[in-house]
Amino acid sequence: MAYALQQLINGVTLGMIYGLIAVGYTMVYGIIGMINFAHGDVFMIGAFVSLVSLLGLAALGISAVPLALGLTLLGAVAISALYGWAIERLAYRPLRGSFRLAPLISAIGMSIALENYVQVVQGARVKPLAPVVPGGLTLMTEGSFAVQLGWMQVVIVVVTLAVLALFTWLVTKTPLGRAMRACEQDLKMAALLGIDTDRTISLTFVIGAALAAVAGLLFLLYYGSIDFYVGFIAGVKAFTAAVLGGVGSLPGAVLGGLLIGLIETIWSAYFSVQYKDVAAFSILAVALIFMPTGLLGRADVEKV
Amino acid sequence: MTEHVAPLLAVEGLTMRFGGLTAVDDVGFAARAGEITAVIGPNGAGKTTVFNCITGFYRPTGGRLWLTRADGTRIALERLGGERVASRARVARTFQNIRLFAGMTVLENLLVAQHNRLMAASGFGLLALLGTGSYRAAERAAIERARLWLDRIGLIERADDPAGALPYGAQRRLEIARAMCTEPVLLCLDEPAAGLNPRETEALAALLHDIRAAGCSLLLIEHDMGLVMRISDHIIVLDHGRKISDGTPAAVRTDPAVISAYLGEDDEDEVESGA
Repeated sequence: MAYALQQLINGVTLGMIYGLIAVGYTMVYGIIGMINFAHGDVFMIGAFVSLVSLLGLAALGISAVPLALGLTLLGAVAISALYGWAIERLAYRPLRGSFRLAPLISAIGMSIALENYVQVVQGARVKPLAPVVPGGLTLMTEGSFAVQLGWMQVVIVVVTLAVLALFTWLVTKTPLGRAMRACEQDLKMAALLGIDTDRTISLTFVIGAALAAVAGLLFLLYYGSIDFYVGFIAGVKAFTAAVLGGVGSLPGAVLGGLLIGLIETIWSAYFSVQYKDVAAFSILAVALIFMPTGLLGRADVEKV
Repeated sequence: MTEHVAPLLAVEGLTMRFGGLTAVDDVGFAARAGEITAVIGPNGAGKTTVFNCITGFYRPTGGRLWLTRADGTRIALERLGGERVASRARVARTFQNIRLFAGMTVLENLLVAQHNRLMAASGFGLLALLGTGSYRAAERAAIERARLWLDRIGLIERADDPAGALPYGAQRRLEIARAMCTEPVLLCLDEPAAGLNPRETEALAALLHDIRAAGCSLLLIEHDMGLVMRISDHIIVLDHGRKISDGTPAAVRTDPAVISAYLGEDDEDEVESGA
């Protein structure tokens, strides 16, 4: 019981991070029907910017944790958003209107380029970071097993929920969000009604990248080590989460993220750590056989 | 309208070829400001192609499309192309199939059409995030305009329902209202009465008169001859990509060329194409 509770806590924490990244995949897919394979690498960039920022701030003597984290968050979000904007501008927009696979190939190229860029600039070794938010709360003990709720886990859940709330407000209540939803449903019609679709698409990439940067910072703080390759693994998991939740659906992305996080954690805890990815992807495969549009995705019914 | 006033839209020698097929062949007509102009013709006559050229979906193979603004300046629509016809020349259109944002509410559909004005007032979103007064005023104005149109199309009570949940006739009217929220000078409607029952067609006719009275000119493609004859000021008849008649409803109705186009005498063509 205690063990299961602990796995639940761990799984939700991990799932939140996947969910944040998955939102970026699902948003871009919703608006231009393309899988942005470089999105995981934007997450990685966010994590690296956070690392450099945290170390830099510590070197400057800014040791108040909330201040350092706040500044790092702003920096990581700003720089990653810039990356997101630039990637769309350089690698995808020139290919818009080209055949469908062109931007996909460009995205894979962009992903490889970003990984190698960081590998060259930062080195290939794993970068460690001492715990910034140590400690936690012992919820209960059962025999020798104590259920721990780390402060870092609390931070992750709170930050993720706050960011998602802000993001939901942006999408549902502001003119920007309205334009994004309109573009998602019918890009051509939105353009005819005077919406600047190029700008709206850019904005989608910027917002997705900003969310990925938040995820990158949280990931770095949670695991305490990153390398240039983290974006690939986390990106694939988040992409899986987006597909499981129903690609194009924002609540679906978060739900899918939570599920993937839970499946992975619970499988590792009860069966085998080596096969956790196999478990996550097998469940995805089975889920898609029975629910091809994902959990919350809606089928496009073609009227004839 | 006196003759020396330039018409709102002047189509001159419009030609559109798709490979070897000439869909529109040297068509010229004028749509005058403050009038309802209808384009009619049998299936495959090239009506929608003409529309697509006017609204920037196709780049014509030949010919000119002049839009004259209220201040007398002329815009060459065929050079604008794409969405700029809508944003710069203020020509709005609807399609044969309904293209509402089905997942958004009725009100949101009308607000999206006012996006540009809202964005300008909101400092491109930044002020909206801060919730400043100028943005709130702009949003109030946008909602007020939407309410006005909802009132005219009789959907005020359904403002917060998803647009996709409306009955077909209401969706058609909502599409027209949405196009009107972009404040066009010319509204192009592609078969607005298709699939409507007689009562809904009546409501549509009243709405189109309201739009004309509000100062927006209309250009429509329509197969419902009863409706066309009743509401149009001016009718252009196309057949096989060519203009065969052009005039008032009364003149067009009695034109022998129109009668033969609608009632047949196509045997010749069929033999030719079959050979």
